[in-house]
Amino acid sequence: MLHTIIKANSYQDSIVLMLLTNKLNTIDGVQNVSVMMGTPANKDIFKTGGLYTDELEKASSNDMVIVLDIEDDSLIDQVLTEIDVFLEEQTKGGGDTTGEEVVKTWDKAFELGKDAGVVVFSIPGTHAALEIEKALDEGKHVFCFSDNVAIEDEKRLKEKAHDAGLLLMGPDCGTGIINGIPVAFTNAVRKGKIGVVGASGTGIQEVTTIIHKLGGGVTNAIGTGGRDLKAEIGGITLKDSIMTLEKDPNTEVIVVISKPPAPEVRDEVLNLLRSVSKPAVTIFLGEKPTSHEENLYRAYTLEEAAQTAVQLLNKEAVKAVKETLTVPAHSFKPEQKYVKGLYSGGTLAYEAAMLIKEGLALTGDEHAPEGFILKNHGHEIIDLGDDVYTQGKPHPMIDPTKRKEMLEEAGKDPETAIILLDVVLGYGSHANMAQELAPTIKDIKANAAADGRELFVIGTIVGTDEDPQNIHEQETIMKDAGVILCDSNAQAVRLALAILDHPLTQTDKAIEAAPAVTPVAIEPTEEMLALLTNQGFINVGLRSFSEAIINHGGKVVQYDWQPVAGGNITLQKALQFLNKVELGK
Amino acid sequence: MSYKTIDEANQAVAAKIVAGSPFLLDVVSAKSVIKELNEGKVLLHAGPPITYDKMVDPIQGACVGAALFEEWCETEEEARKMLESGEVKLIPCHHVNAVGPMGGITSANMAVLVVENKTDGNRAFCTMNEGIGAVLRFGAYSDEVITRLRWMRDTLAPVLSAALKTKEDGLNINVLVAKAIAMGDEFHQRNIAASLAFLKEMAPIIVGLTEIDQTKREEVVQFLADTDQFFLNIMMASAKAVMDGARQIQEGTIVTAMCRNGHEFGIRIAGMGDEWFTGPVNTPQGLYFSGFSEADAAPDMGDSAITETFGVGGMAMIAAPAVTRFVGSGGFYDALNTSNEMTEICIDTNPNFPVPTWDFKGICLGIDARKVVETGILPVINTGIANKKAGLGQIGAGTVTPPIDCFEKAVLAYAKKLGFTE
Repeated sequence: MLHTIIKANSYQDSIVLMLLTNKLNTIDGVQNVSVMMGTPANKDIFKTGGLYTDELEKASSNDMVIVLDIEDDSLIDQVLTEIDVFLEEQTKGGGDTTGEEVVKTWDKAFELGKDAGVVVFSIPGTHAALEIEKALDEGKHVFCFSDNVAIEDEKRLKEKAHDAGLLLMGPDCGTGIINGIPVAFTNAVRKGKIGVVGASGTGIQEVTTIIHKLGGGVTNAIGTGGRDLKAEIGGITLKDSIMTLEKDPNTEVIVVISKPPAPEVRDEVLNLLRSVSKPAVTIFLGEKPTSHEENLYRAYTLEEAAQTAVQLLNKEAVKAVKETLTVPAHSFKPEQKYVKGLYSGGTLAYEAAMLIKEGLALTGDEHAPEGFILKNHGHEIIDLGDDVYTQGKPHPMIDPTKRKEMLEEAGKDPETAIILLDVVLGYGSHANMAQELAPTIKDIKANAAADGRELFVIGTIVGTDEDPQNIHEQETIMKDAGVILCDSNAQAVRLALAILDHPLTQTDKAIEAAPAVTPVAIEPTEEMLALLTNQGFINVGLRSFSEAIINHGGKVVQYDWQPVAGGNITLQKALQFLNKVELGK
Repeated sequence: MSYKTIDEANQAVAAKIVAGSPFLLDVVSAKSVIKELNEGKVLLHAGPPITYDKMVDPIQGACVGAALFEEWCETEEEARKMLESGEVKLIPCHHVNAVGPMGGITSANMAVLVVENKTDGNRAFCTMNEGIGAVLRFGAYSDEVITRLRWMRDTLAPVLSAALKTKEDGLNINVLVAKAIAMGDEFHQRNIAASLAFLKEMAPIIVGLTEIDQTKREEVVQFLADTDQFFLNIMMASAKAVMDGARQIQEGTIVTAMCRNGHEFGIRIAGMGDEWFTGPVNTPQGLYFSGFSEADAAPDMGDSAITETFGVGGMAMIAAPAVTRFVGSGGFYDALNTSNEMTEICIDTNPNFPVPTWDFKGICLGIDARKVVETGILPVINTGIANKKAGLGQIGAGTVTPPIDCFEKAVLAYAKKLGFTE
């Protein structure tokens, strides 16, 4: 049945009324409704829409007219209330007030980002090389999170960047701090006078967060990408970065982190570090240095690297930090002999394997199957961030599914004595990983106990009190789940070894005189030095990277990248042709 | 003239658009300025070439209306038979320097606006806006529609013609556009400020035309006062005049026309001259009058997208905060994002028409087909929505985009013309 309601002298724009009509039509029991001003033309529209009533004639052009087709009269009040609410909401405005501009072309990105010093890439690797080149041609430093870039392209582009006085961080660069601004998967770390260069993402995270916990700070942590110290690349980015930090007035200590480097590249890097004036700390994972040199300190673990850097910053004597591990009593069954490490951080997994091999004096079986960092007798250290586990799936720092599965498996294994794991906080990581893992950890401990086994889970949280996740809450959740928390990964592994009665002792290293240095002629460019105080970014790809930058006072132009011409090769070629063709020939 | 690169040619086309100076000179019968309309039974239609059998119902309805208006027959049945038999020749408006709204159906004795682009001396024509409701352009052909067309021919056109002739150079359209854009018009969905500014120019003159019967003068002023979209058709003719001037430069990838016939969307680019590049039309997204939904909507039609080609309409969405919600359910910031996005497929902005709500940035200038293909960003066109059944008229308004095919075909064809081989 049709009802006509006339609201006299209530002018509303026709668009508002059309939106209102759409909304009223969604009310249950309303068969049809229309709200319009009572103009002659609108009355005709009521007719064609099948909503005409004689009462409409009374309405003037300045009256709002509602014609309602309902069976239940009691709906009228509801409709009138909805109308009042809607019209009131309309006047409030709102919407997006950040005014952040999102662009879709390089032209626009470079125009708006002309002050941006760094372009951050997180796009499919097959397209990355071409796009990196465009950014370098515009005189921008590049931070490339994307992986799957051919090593030949990496070499060519790094040489191009070096020649242009620019830094190419990456490809496959997961972590960086530029002028205190976290880039990609990075922790929020206090600014300070320790400068970090690293060919290892989680390595940088572990070292910088420990520095933060020890009261130090890092303003710049330059990631180089994992392959930078391979022989093919020759440490191009690492060497330029070291020289940049050497000339930076705000850097007092330099830390260099790398997974196992090519020996000749390592020697070049060491030679370079001997020639710089600032004290430097190195950690080349897998190498166990037996001594320091004057002004060049060689760490064995990530924790030691961080501790040494803070000692140097505080002008303290460099020495091993002696810790007293509280070894809990245990009642393992005789077959419970093995450590299982389930890591989301690759470098942490590597470090754990290295320490366990040393502590248990494991030999042989160096060739662990794919996905294992260590598989020796019953001991297993697994990097769940390895391609084997992440093909088509999110990284374990974001998605706990795989790790929960493997925790259950490890828990059931009657030979498992200790499970090691990491929780990596920071930008890009899961908002509450501890909460995700806690129920599984409780379960496997309870199940083991029911089986008469005591199962230890030892973990470390890589993070700071400034991270987007609440670190104290994460700690509480882990402890409540029965996890023994340690301050660092190295400590967690040493505790595991102590429980197994194979304690690793830390010894002070002698500081030897520096050997002769071959002079090195690398001069950082003005652009390289400007990187260290850069505020502006062009973020090509993942939008979440923009948020972290903005949260730390950086400016960012978000470029929602898509392959040119939707990936159509013929059209791409035609466009390239048109962009270069000479007319009138 | 020859240009070294496509960018140079595009700059030259854009410079012509900026330099364009359209003046409304007169309102005359279509046949007096379009010679093709004198060669038997001829109708002009919107969009790229099409045959009667492929026309959607509302455009066929408009053809029927035009046949009745021209008194080629007396009934709808006769008109349909005549049209189906091919007795009536169909020509795209664009082929005879004209543009037509929605169906774009234009016949010999309909009145058309005459706009001259003084920079290049070329002229363009467009029928006048009939108002809203049951109107020919949306496919209505009732007696009321025919009667109105006759009144427009016999009263509106002569009065406006006489009024315009009192002005030595005609009416400078750029001035009206610049004024109205500051008053919230984007010239496709919203023309009320420009229509009022036009009335403000015309009313005192019309009042003074004492040689014309007072009733007629009153009727004309009343019609102009009632017709919020009157300026749209003036804008269309002006945009056509300017774009035709600019496309005298036959190099480069700037889009010089966009139009649709309810079946296909067609574009032209400068470097390919008169050739159309087409793809299937989309159906507009938007808001519907009560009782109607997308299921009732006719596919996209009309030459009015010449306004977007020129840089107004959907390209200048941010200029008209009052209509921004046609973008979807969004508001001001959606409109801002739309206009910002449009700058990524244009080569520049037009300093003649600063938009206050865009911090006085000029309207978009020169859609580059290369950039459309590169980014996949399509021009946004503001449009009315017709009922898919003839005779029922407008049922809503919203936005529509061209199919990407048009741009891909144009870019490939031009590349091949210049020597590109796959």
